[in-house]
Amino acid sequence: MWKYLLKRFLLMFPTLLGVALLTFVLIRVIPGDVVELRYSGDRGSVSQEVLDRERARFGLDKPLWRQFATWVLGVARLDFGESMWTGAPIWQEIRLRFALSLQVAIMATIVAVAMAIPLGVIAALKQDTWVDYAVRIFSIAGLATPSFWLGIVFILLLLVVFHWLPPMIYTPFWQNPWENMKQLIWPALAVGYRYSAVATRMTRSAMLEVLREDYIRTARAKGLVQRLVLARHALKNAMLPVLTVIALEFAFLIGGLVVTEQVFNLNGLGLLFVQAVAHRDYTLIQALVMLVAGCFIVANFLMDVGYAWIDPRIRYR
Amino acid sequence: MAVARVPVPVPEAVEAAPPSTLSRWLGAAREFCRARPLGAIGGGVIVVMFIVALFSPLLAPYDPEAVDFGAMLARPSLAHWLGTDAFGRDVLARLVFGSRTALMVGFGASVLGATLGAVLGVASAYFGGRIDLYLQRVMDIFLCFPLIILALALVAILGNSIPNLIMAIMVPMIPRSALVIRSSALAIREMPFVDAARAAGFGHARIVLRHMLPNVMAPYLIMLTAFLGQAVLAEASLSFLGLGVQEPTAAWGLMLRGAAVEFAETAPWMAVFPGLAISLSVFAFNLFGDSLRDALDPRLRTQ
Repeated sequence: MWKYLLKRFLLMFPTLLGVALLTFVLIRVIPGDVVELRYSGDRGSVSQEVLDRERARFGLDKPLWRQFATWVLGVARLDFGESMWTGAPIWQEIRLRFALSLQVAIMATIVAVAMAIPLGVIAALKQDTWVDYAVRIFSIAGLATPSFWLGIVFILLLLVVFHWLPPMIYTPFWQNPWENMKQLIWPALAVGYRYSAVATRMTRSAMLEVLREDYIRTARAKGLVQRLVLARHALKNAMLPVLTVIALEFAFLIGGLVVTEQVFNLNGLGLLFVQAVAHRDYTLIQALVMLVAGCFIVANFLMDVGYAWIDPRIRYR
Repeated sequence: MAVARVPVPVPEAVEAAPPSTLSRWLGAAREFCRARPLGAIGGGVIVVMFIVALFSPLLAPYDPEAVDFGAMLARPSLAHWLGTDAFGRDVLARLVFGSRTALMVGFGASVLGATLGAVLGVASAYFGGRIDLYLQRVMDIFLCFPLIILALALVAILGNSIPNLIMAIMVPMIPRSALVIRSSALAIREMPFVDAARAAGFGHARIVLRHMLPNVMAPYLIMLTAFLGQAVLAEASLSFLGLGVQEPTAAWGLMLRGAAVEFAETAPWMAVFPGLAISLSVFAFNLFGDSLRDALDPRLRTQ
């Protein structure tokens, strides 16, 4: 098993390097750069000399391979540099927004798990009855509804029914948990519905598969009550693929927040990313993409470890 | 364990010489509607969408881009069934024309993405060895990017015309399709007919395209229908962010942009109907795709 895990671990690094290279190339292909954009207001009045000096300040005049090498070596020391647009250190730009996005992501996960597991189990138990159809339609609808539109509908309903609008200014959780929740519960619900749909479908199909296994029949035959059969034998074995989906979706949730954050005027990572692309803030875009991709790669690796730990067939390979 | 096999409309499964391709497909379609009513409903909605998109100029009550300052933010009425937006443009007309954008981008991106991914996946499985290894690594790298983030970067590079939007949404789909198709193609590579084709001296391209590709039709169709909904959602998201389709072109995501929140209280119809259109179409694609998967995937056939 150790050889297998070591291989998976070592594979993470070329993948991360590939992501870094792809990001680096992609954003430099986008027309325009940060210097050009900053002075675009008074084009003509700025001499080429000033533009060149500004570019030199960010190291944009160096050959591309050297820019890349400098950046990667920095990242290896966990130094992401400074934002090209604001001049502030990257970690400072990201820190507060990361806390916000992470909180929404965690709340959305709670919403999703709380809905998905009971619904998926019920649907599997009552396969091909109206309950099953209702759950499936509910979850397919979740996949079809854009979370930003769901957010708009929430705002609309709150306005029309309660004549109340969620606060549009962010309060950190530790300052005033109640204010904070009043604002963040809505995006969490909007994103969580889609998320739960993915997990519900996975729970249902995993349960269907497990319920056909011989050991479930054995458990029933020896007279175990339904509740224990489900909790101890079925659910435990069906959880693996469900946890996989939840972990992978969680890693990608930051990406999914890009659009939803706009609706609720949340200054999170998604909004930061859109702004960074608009400003051609190379260092910030690179850092954000590495953060999301890094989360995804690490989540993948942890899953491999988890699988190897849980599943003896992998453990003894 | 005795398992009842539900009769399934798989065209390939027909062994006796069929009367004609058309009647074979019609028969399969009839069987599909009977065995999977939910899928048939989804298929029906897709057909209606196609008709609406094809005959938009005939069906739309107004010009979707005609500004009418006399009727700004008008409530739904007999003149404007679904009301008007902040420029007095008819919401229904924009919805009808928006179906063209949605279908064009949705089908364009998912067909191109799934097909290119299928070719890469089959080629990867066929050649194996080093080529397979390197292709897989490259695909792994692309898979680390959330769809919307990669699409967003590509739109920024390419600019936001409709063909560019199709390109931007297509690229993230390629590795997802290649991954699935490759695993099916690995089994097909071991089939005797591939050896036979090789023995007959056919070139690599011919074996991959003519012999292996047709045999991964089932996973290909499943991926394609799954991508359809995702592509429509991605287009709506990008347009909502202002990075997709540009004004004054009618697109559902664009209709939700800005105005929808600002005018939530005074003109809720502006926010409700475009969102319903997106949800309903993606819902139909998913419903159809799900049933198709159940019908085509032999592992799920047993019920």
